[in-house]
Amino acid sequence: MTSRPHDSAIRTNGLTRVFGTFTAVDHITFDVRPGEVFGFLGANGAGKTTAIRMLTGLLTPSSGEAWVAGHDVYRESEAIKRDIGYMSQRFSLYDDLTVRENIRLYGGIYDLSRAQIHDRTERILTRLGLSHTKNDAVGALPLGWKQKLALSVALLHEPRIVFLDEPTSGVDPITRRQFWELIYETAHAGTTVLVTTHYMDEAEYCDRISIMVSGRIEALGSPAELKKDAGASSIDEVFVRLVRPELAGTKGAA
Amino acid sequence: MTAPSRNGGPPVVIDDLVKRYGEVVAVDHVTAEVRQGELFGFIGPDGAGKTTLFRILTTLLLPDAGSARVLGLDVVQGLWALRRDIGYMPGRFSLYPDLSVRENLDFFASVFGTTVKREYEQIAPIYSQLEQFNDRRASALSGGMKQKLALCCALVHRPRILFLDEPTTGVDAVSRREFWELLGRMRTSGLTIVVSTPYMDEANRCDRIALMQDGRILATDAPAAVAASFDKTLLAVRAGDRYRTLLALRGYAHAHRVYPFGEALHLADGRAGIDAARAASDAALFLHEQGFADARVEPTSPTIEDVFISRMSGAQAPEAAA
Repeated sequence: MTSRPHDSAIRTNGLTRVFGTFTAVDHITFDVRPGEVFGFLGANGAGKTTAIRMLTGLLTPSSGEAWVAGHDVYRESEAIKRDIGYMSQRFSLYDDLTVRENIRLYGGIYDLSRAQIHDRTERILTRLGLSHTKNDAVGALPLGWKQKLALSVALLHEPRIVFLDEPTSGVDPITRRQFWELIYETAHAGTTVLVTTHYMDEAEYCDRISIMVSGRIEALGSPAELKKDAGASSIDEVFVRLVRPELAGTKGAA
Repeated sequence: MTAPSRNGGPPVVIDDLVKRYGEVVAVDHVTAEVRQGELFGFIGPDGAGKTTLFRILTTLLLPDAGSARVLGLDVVQGLWALRRDIGYMPGRFSLYPDLSVRENLDFFASVFGTTVKREYEQIAPIYSQLEQFNDRRASALSGGMKQKLALCCALVHRPRILFLDEPTTGVDAVSRREFWELLGRMRTSGLTIVVSTPYMDEANRCDRIALMQDGRILATDAPAAVAASFDKTLLAVRAGDRYRTLLALRGYAHAHRVYPFGEALHLADGRAGIDAARAASDAALFLHEQGFADARVEPTSPTIEDVFISRMSGAQAPEAAA
């Protein structure tokens, strides 16, 4: 048994989840360092979502071990939920509430004091340049602003780790990059970031990435290392070779 | 399938088309043409107006102003004749989840008065990959397989033109590549294919593209020509601490724009007519003076995405908004 980690934001050892006869996550072992931007990649159906649900305390593993922010996923899932933030494109903010109301709602959920909520609301509005729209319904904001606000709200309770599930899907190229600058800023401030994406150029922005294939982690390392090991010029190429070797000789989407 | 349009002209002619939803102008004076047998891509993010445009072209939505002709027929006046000749794959999964693969196909064939058996040859290249799952409910298929079934259903009545609205959105990089391989093969049969996508890297798979943003077309041309239209000197910057390098470059006098791009940073030098090698050494010198000893700067070729970024409205430029 691996001991409780003090130097890892996330540590797993043989983490596994079985649904009936189907092994969705098959003995994955990896470490995410504090302050790291970690890209969690894989094909649709490779097991990423199941793994993330276990790491966020929403699903009990079938076997193996995992600690998130130092808490055991089997016994301390409530402590995990307090120490992490989560954002996805599908679920983020309430469209019918204003920018301010959304921030207040999540501040309340995370048990922040009135003074904390007030201070952090001002900080977010200033940082994102949203002060003039603070009383507008979130549904009326352009998608890019919504996504940036959703990330800020996921960071409202100053979590140690934030999980971002396809945060930039469908967003224009400039907003996508502004979003990644927020990710860098978050990591520089010491928060660990675990992010999933279908944009292979975004995989290159991560400090390290893992690539899941059929429930297993088949590659793990910095983008430069993975490209070097595979003799590939891009992460897209590394990805295709791992996931569908028979396609590797064909012309890329790029 | 290779028959020309009724008047012999281009299969899609869009002329100053406008569609509003309340105060939002979803399609803002769009003019474009798709040529016979072409694989044509509308490239743009969510909210660019791609879906609204596709719904007008497939006779599902009335424009507010301007006109559009598909296969020589006006999309408003000629809708009943047109619907028999166009295939449409909407962005959201549009099949019956509780019907099996075969039942879905049979249904779409019967709507158009034909049968899967009669059209087998038309759909075989794709259907052959699905046939083993004939009895599986559509809802239980993987993302890639759902896509292929939807494509079969859009093809089963032998359309003369195919509209695919964001067929690869949310799909992993490998399935996306497979899907484009498939479109490339279909194109060689002479079928005109109009496709939309938010992924800039898919643009190179098309014969011609239109870049779309906020209801307007920013550029229309062959992908290589669009990329070549970039009007600044573009440099790739590589350094250990990418984020700090990015922030430092924002203070560089000649930086027109700086942004992360794959494994590097892209720096557009704002000086008109500057030699690329000279621009690179100037930027390298600046970074070394700022303490980035490991920074490497070299000229690089612009991509579609660089052009898109440079043509987006100034109000949304990273420097203005960040």
